Amino acid sequence: MRELSLHILDVVENGITAGAHCISIQVEESTARDRLQITIRDDGRGMPAEKTRNLSDPFVTTRTTRRVGLGLSLLAAAARRCEGDIRVNTETGRGTEVTAFFRRSHIDRAPLGDMAATMGMLIIGNPHLDFVYVHRVDEREFVLDTRELKAELEGLSLSEPVVVQHLMESMRRSLNELASDPGKEKFKEDIDGQADN
Amino acid sequence: MAKLTIDDLKHIKEQTTKSTALRQGGARVKVTVHMGTCGIAAGARDVMNVLMQEMAEADRQDIRVVTAGCMGMCSSEPNVTVEVLDSEPIVYQHMDANRMRQVFRRHALLGEVQTDFALGKL
Repeated sequence: MRELSLHILDVVENGITAGAHCISIQVEESTARDRLQITIRDDGRGMPAEKTRNLSDPFVTTRTTRRVGLGLSLLAAAARRCEGDIRVNTETGRGTEVTAFFRRSHIDRAPLGDMAATMGMLIIGNPHLDFVYVHRVDEREFVLDTRELKAELEGLSLSEPVVVQHLMESMRRSLNELASDPGKEKFKEDIDGQADN
Repeated sequence: MAKLTIDDLKHIKEQTTKSTALRQGGARVKVTVHMGTCGIAAGARDVMNVLMQEMAEADRQDIRVVTAGCMGMCSSEPNVTVEVLDSEPIVYQHMDANRMRQVFRRHALLGEVQTDFALGKL
Protein backbone atom coordinates (compact mmCIF):
# COMPACT_ATOMS: atom_id res chain seq x y z
CA MET A 1 0.00 0.00 0.00
CA ARG A 2 1.14 3.52 -0.71
CA GLU A 3 0.92 4.70 2.87
CA LEU A 4 1.33 2.97 6.21
CA SER A 5 -1.89 4.66 7.31
CA LEU A 6 -3.72 2.39 4.86
CA HIS A 7 -2.22 -0.71 6.48
CA ILE A 8 -3.37 0.69 9.80
CA LEU A 9 -6.89 1.18 8.44
CA ASP A 10 -6.85 -2.41 7.22
CA VAL A 11 -5.68 -3.98 10.49
CA VAL A 12 -8.11 -1.91 12.54
CA GLU A 13 -10.92 -3.19 10.30
CA ASN A 14 -9.82 -6.71 11.30
CA GLY A 15 -10.30 -5.74 14.93
CA ILE A 16 -13.75 -4.36 14.17
CA THR A 17 -14.68 -7.64 12.47
CA ALA A 18 -13.48 -9.43 15.61
CA GLY A 19 -16.11 -7.58 17.62
CA ALA A 20 -13.89 -5.01 19.31
CA HIS A 21 -15.40 -2.06 21.24
CA CYS A 22 -12.24 -0.08 21.62
CA ILE A 23 -9.18 -0.15 19.40
CA SER A 24 -5.93 1.60 20.20
CA ILE A 25 -3.39 2.62 17.61
CA GLN A 26 0.09 3.65 18.64
CA VAL A 27 2.72 5.03 16.27
CA GLU A 28 6.17 5.59 17.75
CA GLU A 29 8.96 7.21 15.79
CA SER A 30 12.46 7.40 17.20
CA THR A 31 15.09 9.29 15.25
CA ALA A 32 17.79 8.15 17.68
CA ARG A 33 17.02 4.45 17.19
CA ASP A 34 15.96 5.00 13.54
CA ARG A 35 12.83 3.03 14.22
CA LEU A 36 9.17 3.34 13.42
CA GLN A 37 6.77 1.09 15.26
CA ILE A 38 3.04 0.66 14.85
CA THR A 39 1.01 -1.17 17.50
CA ILE A 40 -2.67 -1.91 17.06
CA ARG A 41 -4.52 -3.41 19.98
CA ASP A 42 -8.16 -4.47 20.06
CA ASP A 43 -10.46 -5.92 22.70
CA GLY A 44 -12.26 -8.24 20.30
CA ARG A 45 -12.60 -11.99 20.47
CA GLY A 46 -8.97 -12.83 19.76
CA MET A 47 -7.68 -16.02 18.16
CA PRO A 48 -6.14 -19.22 19.46
CA ALA A 49 -2.44 -18.45 20.03
CA GLU A 50 -1.27 -21.20 17.62
CA LYS A 51 -2.82 -19.28 14.74
CA THR A 52 -0.04 -16.71 14.90
CA ARG A 53 2.55 -19.07 13.52
CA ASN A 54 1.74 -18.51 9.86
CA LEU A 55 -0.21 -15.29 9.93
CA SER A 56 1.81 -13.64 7.20
CA ASP A 57 0.87 -16.48 4.86
CA PRO A 58 -2.02 -15.20 2.76
CA PHE A 59 -3.62 -18.63 2.74
CA VAL A 60 -3.95 -18.61 6.52
CA THR A 61 -7.03 -16.68 7.52
CA THR A 62 -9.90 -16.66 9.98
CA ARG A 63 -12.26 -15.58 7.23
CA THR A 64 -14.95 -18.03 6.24
CA THR A 65 -16.04 -16.44 2.99
CA ARG A 66 -12.74 -16.97 1.25
CA ARG A 67 -9.53 -18.90 1.80
CA VAL A 68 -7.28 -15.86 1.40
CA GLY A 69 -6.53 -13.06 3.84
CA LEU A 70 -4.21 -10.42 2.48
CA GLY A 71 -3.97 -7.76 5.16
CA LEU A 72 -1.28 -9.10 7.46
CA SER A 73 0.68 -10.65 4.58
CA LEU A 74 1.00 -7.26 2.92
CA LEU A 75 1.93 -5.59 6.20
CA ALA A 76 4.57 -8.24 6.92
CA ALA A 77 6.03 -7.81 3.44
CA ALA A 78 6.14 -4.02 3.88
CA ALA A 79 7.91 -4.35 7.23
CA ARG A 80 10.40 -6.97 6.09
CA ARG A 81 11.34 -4.78 3.11
CA CYS A 82 12.53 -2.24 5.68
CA GLU A 83 14.56 -4.53 7.95
CA GLY A 84 11.52 -4.90 10.16
CA ASP A 85 8.84 -7.46 10.86
CA ILE A 86 5.45 -7.97 12.45
CA ARG A 87 4.47 -9.68 15.66
CA VAL A 88 1.01 -10.76 16.69
CA ASN A 89 -0.05 -11.47 20.28
CA THR A 90 -3.46 -12.96 20.63
CA GLU A 91 -5.51 -15.31 22.73
CA THR A 92 -9.11 -16.38 22.41
CA GLY A 93 -11.23 -14.03 24.47
CA ARG A 94 -8.31 -11.69 25.18
CA GLY A 95 -8.19 -9.54 22.06
CA THR A 96 -5.35 -9.15 19.59
CA GLU A 97 -2.26 -6.99 19.35
CA VAL A 98 -0.47 -6.48 16.04
CA THR A 99 2.95 -4.81 16.06
CA ALA A 100 4.87 -3.79 12.95
CA PHE A 101 8.29 -2.21 13.08
CA PHE A 102 10.44 -0.65 10.37
CA ARG A 103 13.82 0.98 10.01
CA ARG A 104 12.53 4.52 9.88
CA SER A 105 15.03 5.92 7.36
CA HIS A 106 14.91 2.93 5.02
CA ILE A 107 14.45 4.08 1.45
CA ASP A 108 11.60 1.62 0.92
CA ARG A 109 9.73 2.63 4.03
CA ALA A 110 6.39 4.03 2.86
CA PRO A 111 5.33 7.33 4.40
CA LEU A 112 2.92 7.15 7.31
CA GLY A 113 0.55 9.21 5.19
CA ASP A 114 -2.79 10.73 6.06
CA MET A 115 -3.64 9.42 9.53
CA ALA A 116 -6.36 12.05 9.87
CA ALA A 117 -8.17 10.47 6.92
CA THR A 118 -7.73 6.96 8.33
CA MET A 119 -9.04 7.98 11.76
CA GLY A 120 -11.82 10.05 10.19
CA MET A 121 -13.05 7.15 8.08
CA LEU A 122 -12.89 4.75 11.03
CA ILE A 123 -14.86 7.15 13.22
CA ILE A 124 -17.53 7.99 10.65
CA GLY A 125 -17.99 4.34 9.72
CA ASN A 126 -18.15 3.14 13.32
CA PRO A 127 -19.52 5.91 15.53
CA HIS A 128 -20.53 3.41 18.20
CA LEU A 129 -16.93 2.19 18.68
CA ASP A 130 -14.03 3.94 20.36
CA PHE A 131 -10.59 4.63 19.00
CA VAL A 132 -7.47 5.90 20.73
CA TYR A 133 -4.66 7.16 18.52
CA VAL A 134 -1.30 8.02 20.05
CA HIS A 135 1.51 9.30 17.85
CA ARG A 136 4.94 9.89 19.34
CA VAL A 137 7.85 11.44 17.50
CA ASP A 138 10.83 11.42 19.86
CA GLU A 139 9.61 13.45 22.86
CA ARG A 140 6.55 14.97 21.19
CA GLU A 141 3.16 13.31 21.34
CA PHE A 142 -0.31 13.62 19.86
CA VAL A 143 -3.35 11.91 21.34
CA LEU A 144 -6.82 11.41 19.94
CA ASP A 145 -9.29 9.60 22.19
CA THR A 146 -12.87 9.31 20.93
CA ARG A 147 -14.10 8.58 24.46
CA GLU A 148 -12.88 11.99 25.60
CA LEU A 149 -14.21 13.60 22.43
CA LYS A 150 -17.66 12.16 22.92
CA ALA A 151 -17.71 13.47 26.48
CA GLU A 152 -16.55 16.93 25.39
CA LEU A 153 -18.90 17.22 22.43
CA GLU A 154 -21.97 16.56 24.61
CA GLY A 155 -24.60 15.33 22.21
CA LEU A 156 -22.95 16.18 18.90
CA SER A 157 -22.68 12.76 17.37
CA LEU A 158 -19.47 11.53 15.81
CA SER A 159 -21.62 10.05 13.06
CA GLU A 160 -22.17 13.54 11.64
CA PRO A 161 -19.94 14.14 8.60
CA VAL A 162 -19.51 17.83 9.43
CA VAL A 163 -18.24 17.06 12.94
CA VAL A 164 -15.78 14.45 11.68
CA GLN A 165 -14.55 16.80 8.95
CA HIS A 166 -13.69 19.46 11.53
CA LEU A 167 -12.05 16.79 13.63
CA MET A 168 -9.89 15.73 10.70
CA GLU A 169 -8.83 19.32 10.01
CA SER A 170 -7.80 19.86 13.63
CA MET A 171 -5.95 16.59 13.62
CA ARG A 172 -4.05 17.43 10.44
CA ARG A 173 -2.87 20.69 11.98
CA SER A 174 -1.70 19.00 15.15
CA LEU A 175 0.04 16.19 13.26
CA ASN A 176 1.83 18.68 11.01
CA GLU A 177 3.25 20.32 14.10
CA LEU A 178 4.35 16.96 15.39
CA ALA A 179 6.14 16.10 12.18
CA SER A 180 8.21 19.27 11.92
CA ASP A 181 11.69 19.05 13.33
CA PRO A 182 12.09 20.81 16.66
CA GLY A 183 14.22 23.91 16.36
CA LYS A 184 15.34 25.81 19.44
CA GLU A 185 12.53 28.34 19.02
CA LYS A 186 9.84 25.70 18.85
CA PHE A 187 11.09 24.16 22.06
CA LYS A 188 11.02 27.53 23.77
CA GLU A 189 7.44 28.03 22.51
CA ASP A 190 6.39 24.77 24.15
CA ILE A 191 7.95 25.77 27.47
CA ASP A 192 6.37 29.22 27.43
CA GLY A 193 3.04 28.08 25.99
CA GLN A 194 2.06 25.26 28.37
CA ALA A 195 -1.50 25.76 27.08
CA ASP A 196 -2.47 22.14 27.01
CA ASN A 197 -1.04 20.94 30.29
CA MET B 1 1.33 16.69 25.17
CA ALA B 2 -0.48 17.69 21.99
CA LYS B 3 -4.15 16.90 21.89
CA LEU B 4 -7.11 18.46 20.28
CA THR B 5 -7.40 21.50 22.47
CA ILE B 6 -10.52 22.74 24.19
CA ASP B 7 -10.52 25.55 21.64
CA ASP B 8 -10.55 23.07 18.78
CA LEU B 9 -13.56 21.32 20.29
CA LYS B 10 -15.40 24.58 20.95
CA HIS B 11 -14.72 25.56 17.36
CA ILE B 12 -16.20 22.27 16.19
CA LYS B 13 -19.29 22.79 18.34
CA GLU B 14 -19.82 26.32 17.07
CA GLN B 15 -19.39 25.39 13.43
CA THR B 16 -21.96 22.63 13.55
CA THR B 17 -25.56 23.73 13.58
CA LYS B 18 -28.00 22.36 16.09
CA SER B 19 -29.93 20.59 13.38
CA THR B 20 -27.23 17.98 13.02
CA ALA B 21 -27.85 16.79 16.56
CA LEU B 22 -31.30 15.58 15.59
CA ARG B 23 -31.76 12.55 13.49
CA GLN B 24 -35.21 11.27 12.71
CA GLY B 25 -36.74 8.63 10.53
CA GLY B 26 -35.21 5.73 8.71
CA ALA B 27 -32.85 5.60 5.81
CA ARG B 28 -34.19 5.66 2.28
CA VAL B 29 -30.82 5.26 0.65
CA LYS B 30 -27.84 3.18 1.76
CA VAL B 31 -24.39 3.65 0.25
CA THR B 32 -21.87 0.92 1.04
CA VAL B 33 -18.15 1.48 0.48
CA HIS B 34 -16.31 -1.80 0.35
CA MET B 35 -13.19 -1.60 2.51
CA GLY B 36 -11.49 -4.94 2.39
CA THR B 37 -7.72 -5.04 1.97
CA CYS B 38 -8.20 -5.02 -1.80
CA GLY B 39 -10.50 -2.01 -1.61
CA ILE B 40 -8.19 -0.07 0.68
CA ALA B 41 -5.19 -0.80 -1.54
CA ALA B 42 -7.15 0.40 -4.58
CA GLY B 43 -8.20 3.69 -3.00
CA ALA B 44 -11.44 3.09 -1.06
CA ARG B 45 -10.41 5.47 1.72
CA ASP B 46 -10.34 8.44 -0.64
CA VAL B 47 -13.69 7.40 -2.14
CA MET B 48 -15.11 7.26 1.37
CA ASN B 49 -13.62 10.68 2.11
CA VAL B 50 -15.35 12.24 -0.89
CA LEU B 51 -18.60 10.54 0.06
CA MET B 52 -18.33 12.04 3.52
CA GLN B 53 -17.76 15.52 2.05
CA GLU B 54 -20.82 15.12 -0.17
CA MET B 55 -22.87 13.90 2.78
CA ALA B 56 -21.83 16.94 4.80
CA GLU B 57 -22.91 19.28 2.01
CA ALA B 58 -26.14 17.49 1.20
CA ASP B 59 -27.14 17.25 4.86
CA ARG B 60 -29.75 14.60 4.24
CA GLN B 61 -31.04 12.54 7.14
CA ASP B 62 -32.40 9.78 4.93
CA ILE B 63 -29.08 8.62 3.50
CA ARG B 64 -26.88 6.16 5.37
CA VAL B 65 -23.23 5.44 4.63
CA VAL B 66 -21.72 2.17 5.78
CA THR B 67 -18.50 0.29 5.19
CA ALA B 68 -18.36 -3.38 4.37
CA GLY B 69 -15.77 -5.98 3.54
CA CYS B 70 -14.69 -7.40 0.24
CA MET B 71 -17.37 -8.87 -2.04
CA GLY B 72 -14.96 -11.03 -3.98
CA MET B 73 -14.68 -8.69 -7.00
CA CYS B 74 -11.22 -7.55 -6.03
CA SER B 75 -10.02 -6.60 -9.50
CA SER B 76 -12.70 -3.94 -9.86
CA GLU B 77 -12.11 -2.26 -6.49
CA PRO B 78 -12.96 0.30 -5.21
CA ASN B 79 -16.54 -0.93 -5.35
CA VAL B 80 -19.51 1.00 -4.01
CA THR B 81 -23.04 -0.36 -3.66
CA VAL B 82 -26.02 1.99 -3.74
CA GLU B 83 -29.38 0.74 -2.51
CA VAL B 84 -32.43 2.94 -2.85
CA LEU B 85 -35.58 1.81 -1.05
CA ASP B 86 -37.80 -0.26 -3.35
CA SER B 87 -35.11 -0.45 -6.04
CA GLU B 88 -32.53 -3.08 -6.76
CA PRO B 89 -29.02 -2.51 -5.36
CA ILE B 90 -26.51 -1.27 -7.90
CA VAL B 91 -22.81 -2.13 -7.63
CA TYR B 92 -20.45 0.51 -8.99
CA GLN B 93 -16.93 -0.52 -9.93
CA HIS B 94 -13.53 1.15 -10.40
CA MET B 95 -14.69 4.07 -8.31
CA ASP B 96 -12.66 7.18 -7.67
CA ALA B 97 -13.31 10.61 -6.17
CA ASN B 98 -14.97 12.09 -9.26
CA ARG B 99 -17.14 9.07 -9.93
CA MET B 100 -18.20 8.96 -6.30
CA ARG B 101 -19.35 12.58 -6.51
CA GLN B 102 -21.31 11.86 -9.65
CA VAL B 103 -22.88 8.67 -8.30
CA PHE B 104 -23.84 10.40 -5.06
CA ARG B 105 -25.38 13.44 -6.71
CA ARG B 106 -27.15 11.66 -9.51
CA HIS B 107 -28.04 8.29 -8.01
CA ALA B 108 -28.24 8.72 -4.23
CA LEU B 109 -29.80 12.17 -4.42
CA LEU B 110 -31.78 11.99 -7.68
CA GLY B 111 -32.33 8.28 -8.17
CA GLU B 112 -30.66 8.07 -11.59
CA VAL B 113 -28.56 4.96 -11.97
CA GLN B 114 -25.20 5.77 -13.54
CA THR B 115 -25.01 2.84 -15.91
CA ASP B 116 -21.53 3.72 -17.22
CA PHE B 117 -19.91 2.63 -13.98
CA ALA B 118 -22.40 0.03 -12.86
CA LEU B 119 -21.73 -3.69 -12.82
CA GLY B 120 -25.36 -4.65 -12.91
CA LYS B 121 -28.08 -5.56 -10.51
CA LEU B 122 -27.52 -7.91 -7.58
